Amino acid sequence: MKRLWAWGALTIGLLYFFLPLIGMTNFSLKMRRGEYSFDAYVKVLADTRFQDTFTYSVTLALCTILVGVFLVVPTAYWVRLKLPFLRPYIEFVTLLPLVIPAIVVVFGYIRLYNTSSWLPLTGTALGTDILLVAGYTMLALPYMYRAVDTGLRTIDVTTLTEAAQSLGAGWITIIARIILPNVLVAVLSGAFLTFAIVIGEFTMAALLNRPAFGPYMQVLGANRAYEPAALAVIAFAITWGCLGLIQLVSRFQKSAQRPV
Amino acid sequence: MTSSTRTTGQAPARRLRLPLHWLGILPFAIFILLFLVMPTMKIVLGAFQRPDGSFTFDNVVNLFTPSIMAAYGISIRISIASAFFGCLIGFGVAAAVVLGGLPRFIRGPIMTFSGVASNFAGVPLAFAFLATLGPVGFITVFLQTELGINLRMMGFNLLSFWGLTLTYLFFQIPLMILIITPALDGLKKEWREAASILGATNAQYWRMVALPILTPSILGTFALLFANSFGAVATAIALTGSSLSIVPILLFAQIRGDVLGDPHLGYALAFGMIVVTGAANTVYIWLRARSERWMR
Repeated sequence: MKRLWAWGALTIGLLYFFLPLIGMTNFSLKMRRGEYSFDAYVKVLADTRFQDTFTYSVTLALCTILVGVFLVVPTAYWVRLKLPFLRPYIEFVTLLPLVIPAIVVVFGYIRLYNTSSWLPLTGTALGTDILLVAGYTMLALPYMYRAVDTGLRTIDVTTLTEAAQSLGAGWITIIARIILPNVLVAVLSGAFLTFAIVIGEFTMAALLNRPAFGPYMQVLGANRAYEPAALAVIAFAITWGCLGLIQLVSRFQKSAQRPV
Repeated sequence: MTSSTRTTGQAPARRLRLPLHWLGILPFAIFILLFLVMPTMKIVLGAFQRPDGSFTFDNVVNLFTPSIMAAYGISIRISIASAFFGCLIGFGVAAAVVLGGLPRFIRGPIMTFSGVASNFAGVPLAFAFLATLGPVGFITVFLQTELGINLRMMGFNLLSFWGLTLTYLFFQIPLMILIITPALDGLKKEWREAASILGATNAQYWRMVALPILTPSILGTFALLFANSFGAVATAIALTGSSLSIVPILLFAQIRGDVLGDPHLGYALAFGMIVVTGAANTVYIWLRARSERWMR
């Protein structure tokens, strides 16, 4: 009886997950009338706007990851080492992007950094890209900070730092060659999640008028029938790939740590 | 960080030690200030300013017009509905996996899948649901041709309150599973044993022991799911275009082209969003702190 109920709940949950996935996959294959084909995928992949926007979003995602790592790793390390009493406050600040909707933050950017302001970032393409990367760094901050901070918890920051200092290492050396390799798995987890978030992000890119993958998908969705389903399958595969890689690297770490 | 490059502790350097410590988080602080705090403050202050910069409550008062209130109303109702059903179904699935006596190997894939699905939001999610429940979607067509049920005739429309709620549930349910599973793991076997020794039935155990312990977690997650769907923009826009007037879509249109005809009303609209998600998250953080008492 109890089992039956459990299987029932699980079945409902699984149906909810899989029906839309089946639906979109099925639809994406039906472009040619009467038979299944990959026409929609061929069409999407051959579209130069797809290639351009996708490349643009991948570039932005990589920049966001770099900025995030440069910002989060030294800060989380420093707070753990020297300012431990600040940890709850920093953690609170890193959760703020979950509280303030992205659309509100980007609205603030547009008003604060417009062409007539003290820092006219939206005036140029490069400036807007910088703003977009900053916005994405904010979106990813809760995940990145939490991943890195959890990673730092597993190593003895103080001892490692003192050991490195006694061997004559400076701060840059300590962070780049001692701390970063030790929390690499955590950083990679954060990085993959950042990638998954940034690659299909719509709101910020659309409102800042940048040719990113998210707005491209939305425009295509408003005008075409089968291609959007193909895009959805591709986007789902990317999300799945990123999350799968997180599992893979954390398993890799576990097996690497076992002999110690 | 690098800013306090300092060799070993000589007496004069020691005096400088405290301020130098703070330099380490300066880049982070500046970044947060520039790209999170100041933009948000700009919106909050703008909500209380006239175009000439003087202080006023007019913008916030102007939110209480029927059309804007209707937008908030439907947004809040969608968020409540999707948070409620997300909690309910997510709890059911998590309870089935943790306590239902299902094979152990199911758990890993379910958690991984929840991680993926809770991040699968935005434009592609809307496409997936259009291909499934849209006018020519997979299920719509199946029901029509195989069972003769016409969803449209029955009044179902994906571009509506229930359509949006159903779509949001796709990321709400997995999020609930991810958050509530650790809480269910925290239910100690001893509690159940103690209850049954004292003669409690299964229903009594749930009603008087398990659910009171889980209530803060469940309510807290409800608040988080609420905020999560209240701020969702991309899914709604890709799904409905601008046909459904919910707050994020209204704000999006306002930022793009000042549809309200008053820039400062836009600030007030955004400020209202911060208030709603801020309140929901405060509830979440507070209840989470309460529920963690039982998790040790």
